[in-house]
Amino acid sequence: MQLPCGTFSTTYEFDKAIIKTRAHWIVLALAITLAFAFPTFSHPYLIHVVNFVFISIIAALGLNILSGCAGQISIGHSAFMAVGGYTSAVITYTLGASFWLALPCAIVAAGLVGLIFGLPSLRLKGFYLLLSTLAAQFIIVYIVAHLDITGGLAGIDVPYAQLGNIVFNTDKSFYYIILVVLILATFCARNLVRSKVGRAFIAVRDNDLVAEVMGVSLFRYKLLAFFIGCCYAGAAGSLWAHWHGYVCPEQFSLMMSVWLLGYIIIGGMGTTVGPFLGTILVLGLTEGLSTLVTGLGTTYPHLLDIIAPLKDLIFGIMLALFLILEPRGLAHRWYMMKSWYSLFPFSY
Amino acid sequence: MAAGKTDEAMLRVEELSLRFGGVQAVLSLSFEVRQGEILALIGPNGAGKTCVLNCINGFYRPQKGNIYFEGQDITSFPPHKIAEQSIGRTFQNIQLYSGMSVLDNLMAGRHNHMKENILTAMIHFGWVHQEEVKHRKQVEDIIDFLEIEAERYKPVGMLPYGTRKKVDLGRALALEPKLLLLDEPMAGMNVEEKEDIARYILDIVEEREGTVLLVEHDMGVVMDIADRVIALDFGELIGEGSPAEIKANPSVIEAYLGKVE
Repeated sequence: MQLPCGTFSTTYEFDKAIIKTRAHWIVLALAITLAFAFPTFSHPYLIHVVNFVFISIIAALGLNILSGCAGQISIGHSAFMAVGGYTSAVITYTLGASFWLALPCAIVAAGLVGLIFGLPSLRLKGFYLLLSTLAAQFIIVYIVAHLDITGGLAGIDVPYAQLGNIVFNTDKSFYYIILVVLILATFCARNLVRSKVGRAFIAVRDNDLVAEVMGVSLFRYKLLAFFIGCCYAGAAGSLWAHWHGYVCPEQFSLMMSVWLLGYIIIGGMGTTVGPFLGTILVLGLTEGLSTLVTGLGTTYPHLLDIIAPLKDLIFGIMLALFLILEPRGLAHRWYMMKSWYSLFPFSY
Repeated sequence: MAAGKTDEAMLRVEELSLRFGGVQAVLSLSFEVRQGEILALIGPNGAGKTCVLNCINGFYRPQKGNIYFEGQDITSFPPHKIAEQSIGRTFQNIQLYSGMSVLDNLMAGRHNHMKENILTAMIHFGWVHQEEVKHRKQVEDIIDFLEIEAERYKPVGMLPYGTRKKVDLGRALALEPKLLLLDEPMAGMNVEEKEDIARYILDIVEEREGTVLLVEHDMGVVMDIADRVIALDFGELIGEGSPAEIKANPSVIEAYLGKVE
């Protein structure tokens, strides 16, 4: 717990506050203003990328609560996004309701399906649980690919969100919806970890038998973790569906689940800032390398055969290097930076 | 001390039997813990002392026998229900939540007393702040009691052994236990640290109106602070009484020192 020089906790209220100094408030206000102003000055393609990054962060925040905080590792998280996406799609397309009703329904539906697939966690731990959540990935995607109501393999069109006369049918307009959901999701996730529930989750992760002796019902809190984690996935899935304007089973692949886990591991499991850093790093790298390869490819067309495969190689090496040099995740580096800044100009 | 020492049984264990396959861990064990006393449970290694605690905690299901706490049969309760009855526990090999700070470990111990639910926790408005602060004050009392103020924000993994033992005790106290089960609280400590822990145990009984069931190998400590002692060997009760009586008990001497041929 580092405070800036000259700042001291004098009350417990102050001690538990997340944002403690005026400088923090200013930085936060600036960051949010910048985020809202972003589409007005940005390149359209960049907005598209940022939309994808933000939706991934929402899903990763949920997975972080489930796997990072509560320690229930899941490799079927994109399947719960599928539940959210399809629920939202069916409610808006088939039943004709609005997006604003479909979003909460999608969140709850994904949470409830998460409860079912969370049941094995009462008996299984670690890698065994990982395998049982893999089942969720295949079962859910198989079901949506074979039901009539979900449009089978072709998927279904999803109407765009509408508010009065405004139709959110572009990257730029939908960006604002994603941003608001992201801010709310972050707010809730950060508050959760400093509450009784968050502490119970971490207790279950660190030492489940003792947690039970201390009064934490494993049944309740493991399932609660699944519910919350999958609610986040549901929100991400619903946003995803309405952003693209359609859903199909292929969008919710196993690779995506693996990457969501990758984001939180690279970012730092169990920290709220981790999903942000991990997702931005991985997707930023992917996009950066793609842009680089395309650029090089147009300048030196004869080298494209060599450069294109190199992209994946470099990507892999960079990720491996990150994990070796920062095994506790980028969040650890972030905290070190923060404490350096707090104590500046002294070294400790 | 308001409640004071009484002869009233707080915890009553009746005919407890626990078997793992061919190993009889506990056999027809009956004893009671009285309100406001320090009861020591002693015995050689493998005598079944920790097994008894694990049965009380609900980790193990005994094949036979019942455990009553304040008149209620808690034998079949799951561990978290037993915690709700205000039975706290520390562990032989420290079992802290390694990812949390000392403060959060203790706050996690107050789980049963906090009223937040998932929604209020996420939104974290007005009364949730007050609730957190209220419990923080209680936790600070315990931090003060155990003299670990300086370690408050440190992750428990970084702390030395003796301090971690204190945190383990503090987390059990955060539960506001009526009955505190201490499993070798002094194992691996030097004399000064043992004296500290002994003082805490006496203070818990006198100032916090606690009742303590103590498993301990250091006979000096047991004889000094325990009101009554029960001795186990191979899961069976071999002696019960005051420290002086236990010292003179031939079966206890035999269990510890062997038989004279």
